Amino acid sequence: MVTELFPLTLKDAETSRRGKRLVGPLDLTLDGQGLCVVIGPNGAGKTTLLRLMHGTARLTGGRIDWACDTAEARHHQAFVFQRPIVLRRTVEENLTYPLRLRRVAKAAARAAAEEWARRVGLHALLSHRAGTLSGGEQQKLAIARALITKPALVFLDEPTASLDGRATREIEGILQKAKADGTRLILSTHDMGQARRIGDQVVFMLGGRVHETASASAFFERATTPEARAFINGEIVE
Amino acid sequence: MRHAFWLVVTLDAELAEIALRSLRVTLTALVIACVIALPLSAILAVRRFRWRRSVIAVLNALMGLPPVVVGLIVYIFLSRSGPLGALGLLFTPTAMIVAQVIIIVPLIASIAHQSLRDLWAEYHDLLISLNVSQSQKVRTLLWDSRRALLTAALAGFGRGIGEVGAIMIVGGNIDNATRVLTTAIALETGKGQFALALALGFVLIALALGVNLAIHWIGQTERDSRW
Repeated sequence: MVTELFPLTLKDAETSRRGKRLVGPLDLTLDGQGLCVVIGPNGAGKTTLLRLMHGTARLTGGRIDWACDTAEARHHQAFVFQRPIVLRRTVEENLTYPLRLRRVAKAAARAAAEEWARRVGLHALLSHRAGTLSGGEQQKLAIARALITKPALVFLDEPTASLDGRATREIEGILQKAKADGTRLILSTHDMGQARRIGDQVVFMLGGRVHETASASAFFERATTPEARAFINGEIVE
Repeated sequence: MRHAFWLVVTLDAELAEIALRSLRVTLTALVIACVIALPLSAILAVRRFRWRRSVIAVLNALMGLPPVVVGLIVYIFLSRSGPLGALGLLFTPTAMIVAQVIIIVPLIASIAHQSLRDLWAEYHDLLISLNVSQSQKVRTLLWDSRRALLTAALAGFGRGIGEVGAIMIVGGNIDNATRVLTTAIALETGKGQFALALALGFVLIALALGVNLAIHWIGQTERDSRW
């Protein structure tokens, strides 16, 4: 499943708004292995990079190529936002929503919703209104809703940015399990601890460009640029 | 006043007939108006096209459409020498429904658009990410804001049931044919029959309240305090 989408290649990719370049030009190749962490300070362009790859930000220059057709690649992706977006429905209806869009039968969709609610620890809350859940529960719901269609790739934009340690640990556990099941994950964060804990590959962004790319172990042990080393050391990098 | 109550309590046949006609005309107009206005407001919320803002501005402006002018225009279209004269609809309940639909569509669409626009802002990123089609977006927004849309429909019902100018012109206030509560009240007041006019007024208020309460009950509005 993973090999259908990757490698993903960005060649001189950029996006601009009203004549101002937001990110780019970006040159990057990602293979289909493990969990890729996009790190960098605020405003580095992490979210825009994820949106560009997902196709929800407009590419104004360069190209982004998947191993398969772009529309086909999009069909096998999901996106989890920093601020969880939940439908004004119950937990179960939130989980069945993407399946029903894909014309999965109602009974099968409900069974899948129960299964995923159990996996992320929301089983007791299936009939609750999603809007009444805590922030951590809403993010777990958003992740479960993203994973329920069995996508080959999930983008996660700082999914634990506003959560406490316990909720962060639970979500990292869910992501590790998804990775073990073969789902490719690309996650942005500015939490260095999280990047160290769960990252297999690191893309370091700075000033709207990809500054350094390496395996997680290589990046944290011997980053090649002074900016990356400064960022790892917790210094302010702009 | 006592006579007015007596007419209501004893379910005066004439009163009941007029009340039922009022209800039939307005509820039919409401259903047709909702079928037009709700998808229109959802499309205006999710689609971007060149004249979108102008369309919304016009729609909002049409909320203040003078009913008498609507009645006059519908009259001209439906009159024997008008473009739709051959249909023979003038002075029928159908003509009254047409006039009411024209009056309440902008009201329902404008109120609904406010709610749907807010919901679209909330859902935008998710639905774009899920790659849903335009029709799926519209259906999702309409379903998830159904309670707010009930309020829009109720506003339309209130405007329709209390309307007198347009339906007086296109309906003609014909006894046993097009007389409804509002036109009957105007007529009876003019004749000095205040008891019947008051009784009709009580029924009109009761109908408006009854339909509102029924819709609130059916829609379970305020059941979940959050939404």
